Amino acid sequence: MRVSQNSATKVVGVLALQGAFDSHERMLDELDVAAQEVRTPQDLSVVDALIMPGGESTTMSQLLESSELFEPLKKMIHEGMPVFGTCAGMILLAKTIIDGRDDQVSFNAIDIEVQRNAYGRQIDSFEAEIQVERLDGAFHAVFIRAPRIVSLSPNVEILAKFGSDVVLAKQKNVLVAAFHPELSNDKRIHEMFVEGI
Amino acid sequence: MAKRETENPSKSATGSMLVKRGLAEMLKGGVIMDVVNPEQAKIAEDAGACAVMALERVPADIRRDGGVARMSDPEMITGIQAVCSIPVMAKARIGHFVEAQVLESLGVDFIDESEVLTPADEAHHIDKLKFTAPFVCGATNLGEALRRISEGAALIRSKGEAGTGNIVEAVRHLRSIIGDIRKITQADSAELFEWAKRLQAPLPLVQEIAETGWLQVPLFCAGGIATPSDAALAMQLGAQAVFVGSGIFKSDDPAPRAKAIVEATTHFRDPEIIAKVSRNLGVPMTGIGMDKIEQRYAERGW
Repeated sequence: MRVSQNSATKVVGVLALQGAFDSHERMLDELDVAAQEVRTPQDLSVVDALIMPGGESTTMSQLLESSELFEPLKKMIHEGMPVFGTCAGMILLAKTIIDGRDDQVSFNAIDIEVQRNAYGRQIDSFEAEIQVERLDGAFHAVFIRAPRIVSLSPNVEILAKFGSDVVLAKQKNVLVAAFHPELSNDKRIHEMFVEGI
Repeated sequence: MAKRETENPSKSATGSMLVKRGLAEMLKGGVIMDVVNPEQAKIAEDAGACAVMALERVPADIRRDGGVARMSDPEMITGIQAVCSIPVMAKARIGHFVEAQVLESLGVDFIDESEVLTPADEAHHIDKLKFTAPFVCGATNLGEALRRISEGAALIRSKGEAGTGNIVEAVRHLRSIIGDIRKITQADSAELFEWAKRLQAPLPLVQEIAETGWLQVPLFCAGGIATPSDAALAMQLGAQAVFVGSGIFKSDDPAPRAKAIVEATTHFRDPEIIAKVSRNLGVPMTGIGMDKIEQRYAERGW
């Protein structure tokens, strides 16, 4: 399960404004990839890629602005920096957000329309086995007050579905998951992301 | 549930420990704010709260009014759920499993089995494993935390002393819990039996801490946070998020203070940012010294 030497020298930033950033760091650590918590524009100078974790997208949206991270980050993503957003991270990367706040920012980096909390409240949160393209065997996916991709452009590659819903998708440098691969004890999706850096 | 299962044929499960702990993981690095009405809930969400705690009276008022403090009116909780897109928590009395059933039926995202309310049972906490909704419980020390985890709590908060605006008890409890975790990671296997006995906690949970170096669930801080520096202090001591009760809406100017506490919690290791956000916040809640307190809420819980 080791990643290539090349990616081992890269630094993966983890947006650490709020949310489950430490679980992503643990995943990267297990893959022997250097992680850097990102809270200020200075932290961005050393990163080759970025993970946007789960958490509250409205909270992160406000902190992205107050920490002056939104504009520099948007530029880096649109210039091709590999980025992986899970749950709230996926919401931040989406082109269109349904049921968000009016003042919520979006990086408009992947051509999907995402509905916040579309599966319901926490009592409706669930775990399920899904099949992921390029991976052998099922992946155990954890959905926490999860967002749903309600539409996507043909340019977006579908990597996994749960029932009829797309839950893992990719467009150029942007990978998004509606679930939390950082919470399952399975490094394969992180490995897939890191190998693409 | 049934509806989704027909839409999605794959096998799925709700209410597992992983799913419950999952929401606690998502709240890390954030601020959970006590609110007593939809207007305050909007202010909290606007300020960047990662969740709100819906209750009828903040702890400072419960302390002032005395009497029996109970679960809030369901009407008030649903009123707050209606205006919020972030998770909504609510409190049940210690041992009052029917209040917890009611809160679960309302779709509350996290149930706080809270010592701030008057306990309903002097020997038993709620069997939290029976519920689909996750529970957060307070703890003053590691033994108490592990007993709550064994009952099914998905999140532990250090109790502190709610409604005082005084951080001293929260610091004591955090230091006690985290200090003992550090000591257990240094203990040999024979000493773990003694630790389990001393903490009055299940041995397997103690052994797991020795192995992983941390609790089985996240640890947040509550009870006494009134300023951005208080929040950052809790975070630097090792708390993974903070609850702010009376500290926001008992201050002069709640909205900017709420926002400043959110920013200080994110940038908790950066004194320059904490200084910047702490400017001109007006008067914080007055606060009370521990020697002036008649009822210590932290002593409730067994």
